[in-house]
Amino acid sequence: MENKESIFSPKIIKTFLGPLNQNNPISVQVLGICSALAVTVQLKPALVMALSVTIVTGFSSLIISLLRNTIPSRIRIIVQLVVIATLVIIVDQLLKAYVYDVSKKLSVFVGLIITNCIIMGRLEAYALGNKPWPSFVDGIANGMGYGIILIMVGFIRELFGSGKILGMSVIPDSLYQIGYENNGLMILPPMALILIGVIIWIHRSWNKTLIEK
Amino acid sequence: MHSNRYIIIYSTIMVVLVATFLTIVAIGLKPKQDYNKRVEKMQNILASVHIPSTTKNAEKLFKQYIVDQFVINIRNEKQNQINAFDVNVEKERKTAVEKRLLPVYVCKTENQEIKYIIPVYGKGLWGPIWGYIALNEDKNTVFGAFFDHKGETPGLGAEISTIEFQNQFKNKKIFDEQGNYKSIKAIKGGAASTDNHGVDAISGGTITSDGLSKMLYDDLKLYETFLKSKN
Repeated sequence: MENKESIFSPKIIKTFLGPLNQNNPISVQVLGICSALAVTVQLKPALVMALSVTIVTGFSSLIISLLRNTIPSRIRIIVQLVVIATLVIIVDQLLKAYVYDVSKKLSVFVGLIITNCIIMGRLEAYALGNKPWPSFVDGIANGMGYGIILIMVGFIRELFGSGKILGMSVIPDSLYQIGYENNGLMILPPMALILIGVIIWIHRSWNKTLIEK
Repeated sequence: MHSNRYIIIYSTIMVVLVATFLTIVAIGLKPKQDYNKRVEKMQNILASVHIPSTTKNAEKLFKQYIVDQFVINIRNEKQNQINAFDVNVEKERKTAVEKRLLPVYVCKTENQEIKYIIPVYGKGLWGPIWGYIALNEDKNTVFGAFFDHKGETPGLGAEISTIEFQNQFKNKKIFDEQGNYKSIKAIKGGAASTDNHGVDAISGGTITSDGLSKMLYDDLKLYETFLKSKN
């Protein structure tokens, strides 16, 4: 008999919080940067992308973990890719059916979730050697760690780049009349990179353990 | 270590299962996706006559403003049995010019003016570009234009889908004063303000701009007989 672990044991909570802070996929491991630059001009695509990646990381970790004892190790990468690709195609089809305008904006980046290093990294490093529930939590948490950064960057870029949040104007007209202007640089991809740099900087100055010696 | 036989059986079962599953998902969601594409087409057509629409009200506005639609051929003979909206302009490009189905949409604006909307389809730098040209009742002066693209370079060729670019087309003319077919060209270095047949091309988007000029020239040419006819 193996000991039943409670579903919210301290270990699980640690697994969940790690990717959100200490081990964040973007700001600490610097993975998944390309999509973070491309889909964060506005908040809505960033939100949808964050949700899509979270679903894919969570469920691919769960499935791979359930199958982990049956997967022949010689073809494990192929099996992982098949699982990830299947989930991504389903997400893509669902987006096309239910949020068509957002799916047009995300365009190729939904398909490119397949190659997002966070997902395969977590499958190799965690799901193949752990039980389904912790693997699922690990996957979801990594997706959320990625998503949080995306949403932060999307929020700042949309607010300062187009003066809107989720497509609604939030900067009052009076401010524009006294000479305020939207920052065009925010809309361009380099600004996403600079913002992620700033986020990494803030993250490290707040969490000193992350600073390399 | 698993045997080769195990690996082969494992991967075969996995692939068959996944394929079946994906097929079911794709078939199940297809009607919804097709509907989205139809709504998008309606929004594009409405955009060419400057009617803003959302995915929610596009169908209603389309019914309200697009009062007629018909299909003609290159000799301006009506093809009654076919619905204009169902004609796939992309597929029609592969059929012979004489047999090609040419859809026309008729729009009645708020001030009761009649506009003719003609779809165009061509090649940009990376992939297809398409659009709709709305003409005034004289079938010569452009009322509005809408362009979109599959994957032109953002900031360069992709600028054809911006309002600023599309607004340049207003009041341009398809025929010159003698009634000769001229179409409208995107001119590198900028068009003279007196030029009735030219708009400013996009800097850095030369191939897209040229593709757009060619698309307009080729596709509007098919409608020449219709555009010259009085009814």
